[in-house]
Amino acid sequence: MSSAILKPLPTWADVVLLPLANLVLAFVVSGLVVLAIGHDPLAALNAIVTGAFGNGYNIGYTLYYSTNFIFTGLAVALAAHAGLFNIGGNGQAYIAGLGVILVVLPLQFLPWWITFPLAIIAGGAVGGFWAFVPGWLQAKRGSHVVITTIMFNFIASAIMVYMVVNVLKPPGILAPESAMIVAEGRMPKLGAFIPWFKNTDVNFTLLLALACLVGVYILIWHTRFGFQMRALGHNPNASTYAGISNSRTIMIVMTLSGALAGMVAVNQIVGVQYRLVLDYVSDAGFVGIAVALMGRNHPIGILLAALLFGALYQGGNELQYVIPGLSKEMVVVIQALVILFTGAMEGLFRPGLQRIFTTLSPGQKANAIAASQVKSES
Amino acid sequence: MDLALILSTLDATLRLSTPLLLACLAGMYSERSGVFDIGLEGKMLMAAFAAAAAASVFHSVWIGLAAGLLVSIATAALQGAAAISLKGNQLIAGTAINMLAAGLTTFLGIQWFAQGGRTPQLQAGERFTDITLPFAEELRGIPVLGQIYHDLISGHNLLVYVAFLAVPITWFVLFRTRFGLRLRAVGENPKAVDTAGISVIKLRYQAVLITGLLCGFAGAFFSIAQGSGFGNNMTAGKGFIALAALIFAKWKPVPAMFTCLLFGFLDALQIRLQSARIGGFEVPVQAIQALPYVLTVVLLAGFIGKAVGPKAGGVPYTKER
Repeated sequence: MSSAILKPLPTWADVVLLPLANLVLAFVVSGLVVLAIGHDPLAALNAIVTGAFGNGYNIGYTLYYSTNFIFTGLAVALAAHAGLFNIGGNGQAYIAGLGVILVVLPLQFLPWWITFPLAIIAGGAVGGFWAFVPGWLQAKRGSHVVITTIMFNFIASAIMVYMVVNVLKPPGILAPESAMIVAEGRMPKLGAFIPWFKNTDVNFTLLLALACLVGVYILIWHTRFGFQMRALGHNPNASTYAGISNSRTIMIVMTLSGALAGMVAVNQIVGVQYRLVLDYVSDAGFVGIAVALMGRNHPIGILLAALLFGALYQGGNELQYVIPGLSKEMVVVIQALVILFTGAMEGLFRPGLQRIFTTLSPGQKANAIAASQVKSES
Repeated sequence: MDLALILSTLDATLRLSTPLLLACLAGMYSERSGVFDIGLEGKMLMAAFAAAAAASVFHSVWIGLAAGLLVSIATAALQGAAAISLKGNQLIAGTAINMLAAGLTTFLGIQWFAQGGRTPQLQAGERFTDITLPFAEELRGIPVLGQIYHDLISGHNLLVYVAFLAVPITWFVLFRTRFGLRLRAVGENPKAVDTAGISVIKLRYQAVLITGLLCGFAGAFFSIAQGSGFGNNMTAGKGFIALAALIFAKWKPVPAMFTCLLFGFLDALQIRLQSARIGGFEVPVQAIQALPYVLTVVLLAGFIGKAVGPKAGGVPYTKER
């Protein structure tokens, strides 16, 4: 069989070439959609790039979006290393806002460097809890974590509407939102220190996101627990044999994953909006899926993918002002295609690439043939 | 409570459970064949948009319906290509489809109709209207039975009847035909089916395309039967309630109908409670909204009964060489 002599791709092709090929394909298909409705795709691309990186203002907003996507991307990736698909990042990020606002509002007169860590702990705890329960149900009761987290997204949304409208909304305000945090409790924006960013929404939470990238890297590849979760992800039976408690690992990983998603609430509430509004997550949890897939579940990849999607979101916002008629939903289409091509249609490019690599390197071809002969003889 | 109020609540229940039932039965074909489908929502949304757009452009409800079905089936084929042929992750394929639908329908809606994503208001002849069943008026005078016939059974649009007709048909197809036996077998043990010389791939594609067809009906219901035009994200998570109903009904057609009726009833109740509060006893509307999801989580965890899906679900089939 011709497919039997194909060797696995070299690492760099697997990590760089394949995601790039899929990304290019997603852009080409989206470009065709733009072309089909009578606009110039290159002009649109130019508008997106300018809107994302044109000046300090644009870059500031790009980094603000990226901050959220780093958190949700890490949440998806961490669970993925343990073989779990956490599709509930949205609900976890949403409900974490409850913890953040309930802790920050009573303490809002304290300086921000006291409320900020408390907000991290509260958001992490509530977001983590919202993922721990599905993890616990999968570990102990065997329910599928994907279905449970989907259901938890909707339950979170119902709880939040109730809490905001019936509990948190101060009397005399019509809009469904909590009271404002006073100026002392707000996190400074980066623009306050680097004037170049102007008054954009990027704030100190970006540094927290970068710290999380490093922390997750160390956790996955340089700790005992990281090894346990990777063992679980590769082969649950083997990890059981090695004496690892799979159910314990599942519950801890899901809790950490939810806590990471919960950091979106910190960014949005303490750093940007200074109050709890409805639907403030605006699907960042789902963007996280695209970011993790694109970034190959590696912190460096996630950083780059989060920057890419941050740029797409910010550029998409500007797009509608540059080319009337082209709306920011174009970005959602691109994002969906990236998920489709990198996550579910890997089989599109991989066999072709493998064939190219096998034929291009004679040594590899000989090795592959030798390997296949050994296989067929045994 | 008088009969008229009960009947009007149940009448709303029938209408609200229709899209759930269609989508739930849709998911049943796919999942019974071993392909998890969390993209029901996306296919419905695509169909809703296509149906409203075509109905409004061609001034025909039938062309609208055809467009809805076609687009939904095409979307299902794309999802199938990823999940069956390319052996991709079925859950990620579904997620991508949902996102693609959300983006594409809004994007194209704004482009084509320039009404902020809405399609033009549909006129008479461009949408399904309520059908009065034979003798409904004549029998109306008969107490209780006649009233039930006139108020509850008669006076729905065509797609409501299609949905409830699809229940016995689905039962028959799945449990009384050769195709149904093979379909269920391929979801439990594809290797055995393959060994018997039947194509696993072909069967799964057939199942996924039927899923697309039924999602098309469900989507069309939203925009050209219940509503009169497409609005942004108009399926509003109903695809996920349908998924919950599918699990709650343990992947069986008749229980699926009752589950969808229950969830539809909760929805009707929730709309009613918003306007009139029951004296002294105040149930938050959000609690009723969240109930289907909570029930599904509880059931899935095996606290009340146990929901076990098709064994081969979620795993792409690879033929051994």
